[in-house]
Amino acid sequence: MPPKTSLLTLRNIVVALLLIALALLPVYAQLAGDRFALTLFTRIVIMALAAVSLNLILGFGGMMSFGHAVYLGIGGYAVGMLAKEGVYSGFVQWPVAILASALFALVIGALSLRTRGVYFIMITLAFAQMAYYIFAGIARYGGDDGLTIYKRSQFIEALNLSDKVQFYYVCLVILFAAIYLVYRLINSRFGMVLQGVRSNEVRMRAIGFATYRYKLTAFVIAGVLCGLSGALLANQADFVSPSVMYWTRSGDLIIMVVLGGMGTVIGPVMGAIALLVLEEVLSGFTEYWQIILGPLLLLVVLFARGGIDGLLATLGERFTLRRPS
Amino acid sequence: MTLFIEQCLNGLQFGLLLFMLAAGLTLVFGIMDLVNLAHGSLYMLGAYFAATFSALTGSFVLGAILAMLATLLVGMVVEVVAMRRLYGRDHLDHVLGTFGLILFFNESVRLIWGPAGLALPLPGWLQQPISILGFQYSAYKFSIIVVSLIVAGGLYALVMRTRIGMLIRAGASNREMVGALGVNIKLLYTLVFGLGAALAGLAGLMQAPILTVQIGMGENILILAFVITVIGGIGSIRGALVAALLVGFIDTLGRSYLPDMLREVLSPAAASTLAPALSSMLIYLLMAIVLIVKPEGLFSAGQR
Repeated sequence: MPPKTSLLTLRNIVVALLLIALALLPVYAQLAGDRFALTLFTRIVIMALAAVSLNLILGFGGMMSFGHAVYLGIGGYAVGMLAKEGVYSGFVQWPVAILASALFALVIGALSLRTRGVYFIMITLAFAQMAYYIFAGIARYGGDDGLTIYKRSQFIEALNLSDKVQFYYVCLVILFAAIYLVYRLINSRFGMVLQGVRSNEVRMRAIGFATYRYKLTAFVIAGVLCGLSGALLANQADFVSPSVMYWTRSGDLIIMVVLGGMGTVIGPVMGAIALLVLEEVLSGFTEYWQIILGPLLLLVVLFARGGIDGLLATLGERFTLRRPS
Repeated sequence: MTLFIEQCLNGLQFGLLLFMLAAGLTLVFGIMDLVNLAHGSLYMLGAYFAATFSALTGSFVLGAILAMLATLLVGMVVEVVAMRRLYGRDHLDHVLGTFGLILFFNESVRLIWGPAGLALPLPGWLQQPISILGFQYSAYKFSIIVVSLIVAGGLYALVMRTRIGMLIRAGASNREMVGALGVNIKLLYTLVFGLGAALAGLAGLMQAPILTVQIGMGENILILAFVITVIGGIGSIRGALVAALLVGFIDTLGRSYLPDMLREVLSPAAASTLAPALSSMLIYLLMAIVLIVKPEGLFSAGQR
């Protein structure tokens, strides 16, 4: 008889507390007058969305994309370029950001997915760098220096994205929606096939799945979600520059996914929180905080492959094992 | 015409320089199956070491030799401390682990040498232009070409004609078998990694007098080296040479002639906007085309 799976594991409790904490954060910020926490966590929520999107292809699809930050730039520039041309409506900007990301993902995905393994890593990396140079070269939209956005995306009268609290909740709702979407996706037939491809693509092809199409679809969905995250990021910073899609930013996204726990729905969110909070804390100690972060990463890779999520699961198991049943 | 020849020489020089970086990368990948993002950090370290040592010794050549030895040493230490633990793991682990190393090296350099860049001044005899076939060319760039050709030749001789080279090639085609035959695989790996590091350091220190020595200098060029290994076929040194020369020529000639060519067909304003973006895209376009035609690269090593 299979053991009864309890919903009340340590991991689930932590996850629930985390989501509640995220939802209540503006209340704390308001009460404690901690405006910085709100700014920091808005950024964290936006980056978590990007990490969740990367996790769909990296964690569930086994596609090691090293150019995922490119969609942050594409989404951001869609907002920035339209704003520069006088189009402020979010009903135009955001769909354009989504469409542009989808199109880019479709083209580079179609090319990159012809290769596998380390070639795939390097090709996605190279395509992202190509986009980086394109945007750095367009003088009209700021080139290297980036583009200041003077007005945030306009939606309806009641919704004001310049209001910090409202903007935070917009980001959070989108993040929760994305998490739900990924959760539904990976538990659908599509997601099962995708995870099958991750474990053994040859076998999946042998039993008759057109794996290329599944992978490409996942690649495009991930691109779209990350493009949306880019549109949010540009709104938050009131600025977009090619540096958001520099390859080290793609590295940051991978770190978030792996640090949090690859191939789990909520892991990337924990990873984004962990990395960005760690960055904040360490840079408070020393200007040279990356000298600590670098070796720390190596240690995580060597000894804690499951990430935070895996750690919680292990801790939870020990915790339940000790109790007499 | 002289301009064209000069640009061709520049392309050759850049290509050979890239080859030295890509050769180490492709060796390490071909033999240890390791994706090493920190290769660019070794390139940066080579430049920093050269700037320090040549200031200390007062001699550019002596400084360069010491810098190469120092990068070799750093490479071997890194291999023993960190890389060794990454062999046989997922590529994702390699990418993350070596990404961590990049952060570590960049911050260490900032800590030791400070955030401002360094300059590596050239000795007088390398600053004069020399005349080749009746036209003037930078003596330093010419000496880069000469040194790179010697190194490429030496590498070829090492890999194809010596016992170590035989083991390296054997290791690239079947690692387990080489180990089973009693070869000290660990030592071989450390040596190969050190060799790759020294080549990267040499590339860095040779590029240093042309550009400034600064943090992050290895990261841009690392991507180019990756593009070259992908075009050439991962694990193939011959492929790396061909691809490096191809990339060197296309990049250099593209940057110098594309603006004029675009001006012929487009309005001057459109041409000047489009040209910089397009010329930096050219090599990525080349890579995309190569991958469409041959997804395994031009000269794939064949084992994977």
